[in-house]
Parts: sequence; structure tokens; C-alpha cells
Amino acid sequence: MSLLEVQDLTTAFMTGRGEVNAVEDVSFSLNEGEILGIVGESGSGKSVTALSIMGLLPSPPARIAAGQVRFAGQTLTGLSERQMQPIRGPGIGMIFQEPMTSLNPVFSIGDQIMETIRAHERLPQAQLRARAVAMLDKVGIPAAARRLDDYPHQMSGGQRQRVMIAMALACRPRLLIADEPTTALDVTIQAQILDLLMDLRDEFGMAIIIITHNMGVIAETADRVLVMYAGRVIEEAPAARIFDHPRHPYTRGLLECVPSLTEDRARLVAIPGTLPEPARRPAGCRFAPRCAHAEPSCTQAVPALESLEPSHTAACFRARELSR
Amino acid sequence: MIEAEDIPERREHRATLRRLLRHRLFVSGLFLFGIVAVVAALAPFITDVDPNRLSMRNKFLAPGGNWVFGTDGFGRSLWSRVVWGAQLSMIIGASVVALNAIFGTLIGAAAGYFRRLDTMLMRVNDALMAFPAILLAIAVTSVLGPSTLNVILALSIVYIPRTARIVRSSVIVLREMEYVQAAVAAGAGHWRILRHHILPNAMAPMIVQLSFLFAYAVLSEATLSFLGVGAVPPTPTWGNIMSEGRDFMREAPWIITIPGIALMVTVMGLNLLGDGLRDVLDPRLRIQQ
Amino acid sequence: MIRLATRSLLSAIPVLLIVSLISFGLMRLIPGDPAAAIAGISATPAQIAQLRQDLGLDEPLLFQLLQYYKGLFQGDFGRSLLLGKGVLAATAERLPVTIGLSLYAMIFTLIIGIGCGIIAALRQNSWVDQAAMMFAMIGISVPNFFLGLLMIILFAVKLGWLPSGGYIPFTENPWGWLQSTAMPAFSLALLQAGLLARITRSSMLEVLRQDYIRTARAKGLPGRVVIFKHALSNALIPIVTVVGIIVSLLLSGAVVTESLFSLPGMGLLLTQAVLNRDYPMVQGGLLLVTGFLVAVNIAVDMLYAVLDPRVRYD
Repeated sequence: MSLLEVQDLTTAFMTGRGEVNAVEDVSFSLNEGEILGIVGESGSGKSVTALSIMGLLPSPPARIAAGQVRFAGQTLTGLSERQMQPIRGPGIGMIFQEPMTSLNPVFSIGDQIMETIRAHERLPQAQLRARAVAMLDKVGIPAAARRLDDYPHQMSGGQRQRVMIAMALACRPRLLIADEPTTALDVTIQAQILDLLMDLRDEFGMAIIIITHNMGVIAETADRVLVMYAGRVIEEAPAARIFDHPRHPYTRGLLECVPSLTEDRARLVAIPGTLPEPARRPAGCRFAPRCAHAEPSCTQAVPALESLEPSHTAACFRARELSR
Repeated sequence: MIEAEDIPERREHRATLRRLLRHRLFVSGLFLFGIVAVVAALAPFITDVDPNRLSMRNKFLAPGGNWVFGTDGFGRSLWSRVVWGAQLSMIIGASVVALNAIFGTLIGAAAGYFRRLDTMLMRVNDALMAFPAILLAIAVTSVLGPSTLNVILALSIVYIPRTARIVRSSVIVLREMEYVQAAVAAGAGHWRILRHHILPNAMAPMIVQLSFLFAYAVLSEATLSFLGVGAVPPTPTWGNIMSEGRDFMREAPWIITIPGIALMVTVMGLNLLGDGLRDVLDPRLRIQQ
Repeated sequence: MIRLATRSLLSAIPVLLIVSLISFGLMRLIPGDPAAAIAGISATPAQIAQLRQDLGLDEPLLFQLLQYYKGLFQGDFGRSLLLGKGVLAATAERLPVTIGLSLYAMIFTLIIGIGCGIIAALRQNSWVDQAAMMFAMIGISVPNFFLGLLMIILFAVKLGWLPSGGYIPFTENPWGWLQSTAMPAFSLALLQAGLLARITRSSMLEVLRQDYIRTARAKGLPGRVVIFKHALSNALIPIVTVVGIIVSLLLSGAVVTESLFSLPGMGLLLTQAVLNRDYPMVQGGLLLVTGFLVAVNIAVDMLYAVLDPRVRYD
């Protein structure tokens, strides 16, 4: 049985213009120790998917309108805030995009790591401290014992993200959700953080969901990839397949956007237009207005995910003919 | 040329006005304050008894019947006294607001625009703001002597530094704006820059401040006359009426409650008005106050 | 931290200098002859002359000013004409009553203000929020003396639960003090409580949107830890900056509250001094109270540094 199963997840937000689905019919599963990459432009619904799994969306305005999330055999959707608490931490840990603002500025980092452990385990103070030092050590903070009483503002962005990782892993979660973990960091630091995540996966054996808009990050880390567009999953495949044989025109466009080191600017020309707002999505295939291969029939119905090969699905009416 | 500038501005004003009239707090504030203001303005027409006419035969009459609000310990009509008190409150409040608008702007703009004046003006400002407001007001009225005019002066001395500080901080921000710097580079004079480029844009926080200030002024005036250092009795101010009513709270509580409620309605109306103006004109101010 | 302390102490010096100048100027600004005004209408010319001499008003202004500062440095803040004793001694006697009342009111202010603010923010836009904000609006709109009078009418006159006046010093009878000062303290507190509730609400709403609150929830911390530790500790930082303003408002309000409930504090002393034209007392008392307030503000700056490590370490 898989560690995480998401089935037909639909998350809706109440807005001034009525309720809109930020995420629609998202399904996927994840095995122990596996790394799943979720990729898409900002606004594609990938973060909302992660926050829905964690139950961290503010409600109202957000609500899980349909579907369910099962983690280690337990159904998470419908759990109360209090029932979710023991899951967050020892079950699923999460790190965020902005290490600069994700740590509380008025408490020392040691305090913030130790309170995480304390919330889930009964340990004497000395052991708590030792665990916190050990975690900081593992994430590569030099002189960890001395940095324990430092405050977030005394650390660099990369160090703060390391602290975030230490905090998320302090209770040995079976799943780590990393929501754009490197986006806010310098390029050199990005690689270090990704290496660190891979090392820690090998050491702790947890599964990871890595959310990013950057195909390069996916290439470095993911075993399997989920591509999202306008709130829906449009393609899913093993990472190697996605890079070799993308089947959805959008995925192909994304791959052409990967910034190369030899060129100064990312070639964003590959996909004209912008992601539609959730309230103004086109009928039929949501990508059709931006798609070079769209036909009139594409706007008639929403394409379903279709299995093209074992473990490779895509939601495009023309997937078969186009990839020939 | 002038017209081309004028029309979009007027359209913007109209849009602001529409947003204000849709703002629930603003409208309820306008309603409450409006009642008091109208009553105050109509004082000579809606009262038929002199607010100071004694009538010992009619003392301590409860509200109702011929005496809408009843009478006080000297048989004076409380309706007349409270209505004329409203007029006095409005006159004092409006005068303090006017003096603040003039001198607060002058001092604030001078301090914010001319760096050389800033330190000196703000030191004096800070010192005046360091005094507890009511204590300073009492001390000043005691020096000048109790009278309506002196109450206005005292309250202005207390509040102008606060207004000046608000004007100063917007002027400092605006002074660094590119379009102002461009005007400086184009050789515009200080006066022209202040009048055309800075002050019009510093108006929003100032208008918000003035509506709250009106509330403080009405409140402080009532406090001063309640303490016996405001307008001299028997001048019908709300504070004076309540002060006189203290000795008869058991027998005639209405002498206190009626002007008290009038005072509360006025202050609340102005506070709501100020909240509404702040929300619509200057959302940045929301966190302060 | 030490640098911060030195900086706030240094910035207080010019303020105090100007405050003392204003206090000095007050009595000299009395229109006409200050001595005659102080002595009153019934005084004989000889009495007025005597008073003028006693107060040093016959000396050149510059000399008066030098004498004034010389006195201040020696702890001589003038002599009260009404009480016949030093202003400093009279203040030392009366100020503790005011401080006690203000502290009591401060406790009401903090509990009601922060409590309402937090509840309103946590239930934003619900009826609880609207009720709390309506209450806050009433709080900032009811004059404290009117509220005091209403409370006297209700609790002392009608119900007879609490004494309407009469001050019991804390040192004599703490329980009696708590009872006798409850109404004054509450009526004094409501304005500040209303202000604080509004500030706490908006500060709390701001903080609840922050990323670190999401982090705290993502770690599986219990709700109370998220709110009272992570949110409140940050929300309190801007609240601390208004504590100085609140103390100033409390001291202002205490003037009226003390007169209303006949509490023998600084406010009553100064009101009586004003009504009896005891200008030396007004002048010295005003200076001392303001000096006290400046000291409170310095303490608040320090407290700010304690709460916010970003300030502490800079």
C-alpha cells in the first residue's frame, strides 16, 4: 500500500465572484521513500494541493470540496485541526518557499526546533537540546551547539532554509513536503539545499514531495513527476520519461523553458500567453488557448488523464497523434 | 490646460465620495454627527426658553410633557441647555479643527520640507506632546483664565503638535518623490512646490486626523468644563450641565445622562466618521491609531 | 541594549529642557500682573507686593530663569501656596495614589483591550468580532467622567454594591483599596481598552497572515501555542509602542477620575491648585508629572528591545 494517496482532490476558494476551484480532481499516490515532483507555473494549484494535504489552508475561504487524502492508511480529509496536529511533524513535515519569513523572528532557532519535538514527544530538556543540536548538525549548520541560541535574523537565507529542514525533520516524518524550497535562494545555495535533501532522504528514508516551477530542480531530484496546469494534473510520468518523452504540449513547453547556463535569459517564448485566473478558465482543455496544436474540438470537453504507456498518463486529446 | 488637469481630478473626487457613501461606518458616523450638527445649527429656532432662565417653581422636573428633557436644580430647561450646549461644542470643536488645519499644516510642512527647521520645530513639538494632554490644557486655561475662547486656545496648543507631526511625516515622504524632485530640478520655487505638489497629497491623513481631532476637542472641552476650568457657569456647556448635575444624581439622574448621551453620540459619530475616512482615503493608516 | 538605553536617555534631555522652559513660562504668561492674579481680587496692594517678592517675580526674567534651574538641580520645584509645603513633597505624597490608580486601570486596559482584540482577530468578521469592535467603539467614545457618573448612579446609588467615594490607601487595607478603586479604575480604563482592542486586532490580523504562523501549524503545534506563543509575541511588539501613549492617556484621564471620585492623587491636587490659583504648584507639578511620563517612555523603549531580538542585537 502506498504511503500517501490523493483521490480526486478538489479544493475550492470563496471569492468575491463566488466559489472557484483552485485545484480540481487531483489524484496521485506516493510510496515510502519515493520523491515526487509537482511542477507547474505559479497559480497552477501545486501549493494549494500541498496545503490541502496538510490541512493548512485557511477555512474560510478555502474548503476541500471533494475527494480525499489518505496518509499511511488514515484518511486526513475531514479531520479536525486538533486531530491533524499529531500528523503534522511526525507524519508529514513541510518546508516553505520563503526561509526569510517562515521562521518566527522573536524566538531563537533552538527554541523553534525544540518546541517541535516537545509537541510530539516527552523528553527531558537536555535531550531535547541534544536532538536539536544533532539536527542542526545534520543539515550542515557549522558549530551547531553555539548557533542554537541565535535568532533567525542572524542567519543567511540558505542557513535559514537549513534550519527549516532541521525543524521539519526533527520528528522524523515519513513524508516531507518541500514547497519551492530553493526558489528564494541564490543559485549556488539552491544546489546545496537540493543535495542536502537528497542526502537526508538516503539517511532517513522519508518520501518527499517537491513542488517547483523549475524543471531543473525536478531533474536533480524527482523519481516521478506530476505536471499541473490551471488546477488540474495534465501529465504524470517517471522523471526520465518526462524529460525524454513529454506527451502534453504544455510539458513540452515547460521543458523548453528550462533556463540554460549558456544563455542569459530563460526562453519563456516557448509558451505564449499566461495562465488563466481560476475564475476565468476557458471551457474544454484549459491549455487550448495557449496551445500551438489546439483544434476546435479541444474546447468542447475537458480531456481526462489517459494512460499512454504503463505509468505514463497525459490529459490531451491529441497526445497520441502528436507524439508520433 | 487647466481644464485638462481639472476634470480627471474632479472625477476622482466623485469616486472617493461614492466609496465614502457606500462605507457603512462612515454613513452611520455622518448620521450621528449630522443630527448633533443640525440641532446645534438650529438652536435658536428649536428652543423657546432661554437656557439660563431660572424658574424655581419648575425645578427637578423629569423629562416629558412640556419639558422635553426635564429641568435642572434651578428649573432651567434642560432641552434649551443641551441644545445650546451642542452649539457651543460644535463651535469649539470646529474652531480647534480650523486652527489645527492652519497651524498644524504650516508647522508640519515647514518642519518636513525645510530640513534646517525640522530639529528645532520637532523638539518643541515633542516637548508639548510629552505633557499629558488634559493637564496641559488645564494649566493653559488656568493661566489664560476660564472662557470659551481660552478653551479653544488651550486645546489648540495641546493638539497642534500632534497634527503637525502627521503633516510632517507625509511631507517628508512626498518631498522625496520623483515628481517633486523633478519640480525642484525644473526650478520651481519652494512655495509652489509645497502648494501644488506636496500639500494636496498630504491632505488625506490630515483630514482623517482632523475628524478624530474634532472628537477629542469636543471631549476635552466637556472635560474641562466638568472640572470647572472651562467656560464659566452658567454657560450651557455639556460639561457644566453634568458638573452641576453631580449633586443631584440620586434625585435627578437625567441632568447627567442626557448631556452625557449627547456627548457620547457626538464623539462616536466623529470616531465612526474618522474610521470611514481612514478606510477610504488612507488604508495605510489602519494599523496606527 | 546599552547603546539603546543611552540613546533614549540622551533624546529625553532636550525634551525635558523644553518642558521645563514651558512650565517656567506658564506663570509668567498670565495676562497682566501674575502676582495680582495669584493673590486674588480681595488682596491688598501690600499683599500683592509681598507675594511678588516671595515668588521672585520682581527680579529680571533671566535671573528668575537661572534661579529656577538652580532650584531644579537642587530638587527645589517651588512651594505650594495652598498647602504651604514643597511641590516635590506634595507630589511625593500624591503621585503614588495616581500611579496606583493608573496601574489598576492599566490592568483592566490590558485584559479587556488585548482580550477583545485577540478574540476579534481570531473570529474575524463573525458576530463576536463585530460585538468586540462595537464595544471598543463605545469605549473610545464614552467620556470617562460620564462612565464614572453612570457607574456611581448604578453601583453606588441604586445597587449599593460599591462605595461612591472615599479613598482607602493600599498600604492600610489592600482589599479595601481594590474595592474602593475598582470603579475609578474601570471607568478610567475603558477608553484605553477600546483603543488597545482596535490596535491588538489589527496587529493580530497582520501577524496571523505571516508565514511563520503557517510554519508553526505545519509543525503540529497545538492551537494555543500557535496563538499565544507565536502570534501574540509578535503582535505585542507594535502594541508595546503604544503603551507610552496609554500611560499618557491614563495620567490625563486620572485628573478627571480623581476629581470625580475624590481620590487624593496628583490629578485632584493639580485641579485644586488650578482652581485656587496655586501657580507654583501647577508649574512644578506639571513638570514632575511630565518628567515621570518621559521616564515611563524610556522604560517602554527598553521593553520593546526585550521583546524584539532584532532591536536588541542591533
